[in-house]
Amino acid sequence: MTQPQTRDEQPTNPTRQKSTGMRLIVPLQGIVQGRGGLILGTLIPCALFYFFQLYTKRNRGNSSNTPSNPPSPSSSSPNLAELPRTSSRLSLFSRVGSSGPVSVSGRASLIARENDSPYYIGLEKVSKDPYDKERNPDGIIQLGLSENRLCFDLIEKWMVENVREAMVGRDGEHLSINGIAAYQPFDGLMELKVALAGFMSQVMRKVVSLDPSQIVLTAGATPAIEILCFCLADHGNAFLIPTPYYPGFDRDVRLRTGVELIPVHCRSADNFLLSVTALEQAYNQARKRGVRVRGILISNPSNPVGNILPRETLHNILVFAQEKNIHIICDEIFAGSVYRGEEFVSMPEILMEEFDKNRVHIIYGLSKDLCLPGFRVGVIYSYNKNVLALAKRLTRFSSISAPSQRLLISMLSDTKFIEEFIKTNKQRIQKLHHSFVDGLKQLGIQCIESSAGFYCWANMSELISSYGEKGELDLWDKLLNIAKVNVTPGSACHCIEPGWFRCCFTTLALEDIPVVMKRIRKVAETCKSLS
Amino acid sequence: MAIEIEQPTVELSKVAVSETHGEDSPYFAGWKAHDEDPYDESSNSSGVIQMGLAENQVSFDLLEEYLEQNSEASSWAEGAPGFRENALFQDYHGLKSFRQAMASFMEKIRGGRAKFDPDRIVLTAGATAANELLTFILADPDDALLVPTPYYPGFDRDLRWRTGVRIVPIHCDSSNNFQVTLEAMEAAYMHAVAMNIKVRGVLITNPSNPLGATIQRSVLEEILDFAKRKNIHVVSDEIYSGSTFSSSEFVSIAEILEARGYKDSERVHIVYSLSKDLGLPGFRVGTIYSYNDKVVTTARRMSSFSLISSQTQHLLASMLSDKKFTEKYIKTNRERLRKRYEMIIQGLKTAGIECLKGNAGLFCWMNLSPLLETPTREGELALWKSILHEVKINISPGSSCHCSEPGWFRVCFANMSEPTLDVALKRIHSFMDQRKTDAIQSPPQQ
Repeated sequence: MTQPQTRDEQPTNPTRQKSTGMRLIVPLQGIVQGRGGLILGTLIPCALFYFFQLYTKRNRGNSSNTPSNPPSPSSSSPNLAELPRTSSRLSLFSRVGSSGPVSVSGRASLIARENDSPYYIGLEKVSKDPYDKERNPDGIIQLGLSENRLCFDLIEKWMVENVREAMVGRDGEHLSINGIAAYQPFDGLMELKVALAGFMSQVMRKVVSLDPSQIVLTAGATPAIEILCFCLADHGNAFLIPTPYYPGFDRDVRLRTGVELIPVHCRSADNFLLSVTALEQAYNQARKRGVRVRGILISNPSNPVGNILPRETLHNILVFAQEKNIHIICDEIFAGSVYRGEEFVSMPEILMEEFDKNRVHIIYGLSKDLCLPGFRVGVIYSYNKNVLALAKRLTRFSSISAPSQRLLISMLSDTKFIEEFIKTNKQRIQKLHHSFVDGLKQLGIQCIESSAGFYCWANMSELISSYGEKGELDLWDKLLNIAKVNVTPGSACHCIEPGWFRCCFTTLALEDIPVVMKRIRKVAETCKSLS
Repeated sequence: MAIEIEQPTVELSKVAVSETHGEDSPYFAGWKAHDEDPYDESSNSSGVIQMGLAENQVSFDLLEEYLEQNSEASSWAEGAPGFRENALFQDYHGLKSFRQAMASFMEKIRGGRAKFDPDRIVLTAGATAANELLTFILADPDDALLVPTPYYPGFDRDLRWRTGVRIVPIHCDSSNNFQVTLEAMEAAYMHAVAMNIKVRGVLITNPSNPLGATIQRSVLEEILDFAKRKNIHVVSDEIYSGSTFSSSEFVSIAEILEARGYKDSERVHIVYSLSKDLGLPGFRVGTIYSYNDKVVTTARRMSSFSLISSQTQHLLASMLSDKKFTEKYIKTNRERLRKRYEMIIQGLKTAGIECLKGNAGLFCWMNLSPLLETPTREGELALWKSILHEVKINISPGSSCHCSEPGWFRVCFANMSEPTLDVALKRIHSFMDQRKTDAIQSPPQQ
């Protein structure tokens, strides 16, 4: 069994054994050379060596993290991605006794394992060597993070003109921080809920008006999803989720709640759209295994494909959920990025028909549509009063910072600015999408026809050497390390068909696209010549 | 329009229906009473005065002054390029400048007697999130943390609710001013063992809430040694460290570790926040400082569920790095808190009420046991109710803090103006006078 290693430490036992052993043997041989001869001379060190091995073997399991020096406060954290995938790891970490280091929980070791996903590895690599047109033209181009930078200039302009007044109130002549310093309701200021209800309605093409009292605010969509899982399911229960899906769900849904995600595979033949037959199949299989399904988690618009669920499909999903008496969580965080004229039907709109609304919960946030992931604004919109009451209490662990709330209330209430912003945003996304997809087409790479999102779902199966996950990861690696372009492989999104990749283009400017295509072409040509 | 009959047909989780959110305790019931009839100097002078909320409002003016004089800190007027990076920044490492500012602020509070490495700081949206996060990392469901009583009522929820971890109390009493003893720690540990529960750590609050007193150096040493013998963690919630009335009286566990050359320090983790010392609970700024590399890394990743707004980090980074400001603030804040404390102690004394000798925090620990009808929890709650309805002040009964001796109450003094505090003290005075008169007129039945 190999020792878990950290970047800053040397493996304690294997090499130390050898060198210590040698240090014992050599002088000992010298001592016994005079008397007893060769036999004693070899016997004694061997015996000592044997006992030494016995001693260290007993302590091997415990000494995983014992540093040889006292931990200095300035040592940087180890790279846990290098931990080997041994099944005994959990027991290693959970062993408690008077010897060995103090242990952490089983949950903590789960997190340590997590960063093996290419999704996270790619993000980390880019952060160390990010592309910059002027300062680092050979750096890695980020196409793995669905972040929208296209309309930043508009937000910046608004901020510069409005921020001070927006954030800190005035009490006559002087600044007053009373409004932002004191304890606020953990689930968000009512004014922000009102402003968000208005914004969400605008984004969903004003078909429905949303009720601010059905909103609970959280520090980003990440805790919003986790909180809903805590409300709707117990440890060991499961949610059905169509694949491919956003890699972050594995962490958000499963990590601390113990809730399982059961994939419902979608295929390219259906344009990766969910079919209720597949849903039914997955549900029944889960039941056979004795797993209780508590709900379905869908993203609409979808990530990573960029599809919009047709009205009929949404309707069928609702019928299915009603039949099985389970919940639906609908993540609509990309609702504002619908650029193709196609009809986006949001959950609130469908729910105007006759359905038991108590089972429907919507996730939203400002990270995508308003380009402000740093501010941490997530929304739970639910029709279930009990869920709202409980979620409200849970927001004490994930509340939005008050000054940021004040700032956003101001911005979202500037309806003229918001209208202009939403419109321009869609136009720019569409332009970039068009250009990017075209560029890929010229390389012989086709994408699924998508209508929303910051990315395209590209079929690179012809470029992979062996049709399977390994071949796909090989290509991902080549793209990352040779072409120096970070994309997200379909396997990280649990896609059942190998060779698909998500490429985000909203972190690029139009003029970056040719650079990207040139780099991909390099790798594409090598792959084609090999296959 | 059809009448909608609300029929929750679809089930919720066990967490949803569990009682561990603790919101049925008197601690929260008092808040409700206050919310329904809040005191206001001008518009509602007979309303309920909130003395159950540990909020620091005594030094707001200093913050406002800083913001007024340093407007570039709060805006991006000149640093517009900085804004882009900031608004996109959702890295769970947190802004480096902000972590450096927090480290330097924490050092200042401890008079430079301990050093903090910014790379060991993990940011969370408030200390509430920090405590829960640490519990997730250090313990598995059904494991336990040992916590000295009396303790902050919120722990029942923050440490136990979603984590499934238990709290086993370390009983402290007034015989030695509620200090933690080795016997009490051993007893709690054995109690857990007897119940087949694995103890993963000790969680202390220093300065203590609700006692309003710092933990002595010798006791901290004892706790560390105990933790070492049992090979468990120590979490030191030092959220009130900047609210000690004099800098010299507070010993942080960080100082002891430094004195020990950081030997065996990877079991120690400190929680801090700006909600109390800086009076900014609305900002949601908390930190975990851990001497354990693995805990730092996993806490950081888990902090994705409770990140601090990058805008807030940016805003506070310059403020907390401003040495002149932080020195002045810490000193003035301490002074003002001390004065408030003296005012309330004096006021209570003249009313015939004794308090535990305190030297920190935003509250005092008041002994009303002589007033109890019966020296029981019920007696205490009855007294609490009458104080809430007759005196119209909301204070926190010791039972909600799991105090083993009935009759103690936590009274907050920093979340109001001085005139309001005066009103509260007057009301208490007349309440006590009334009771004396009642006692004379109708002596207690045998």
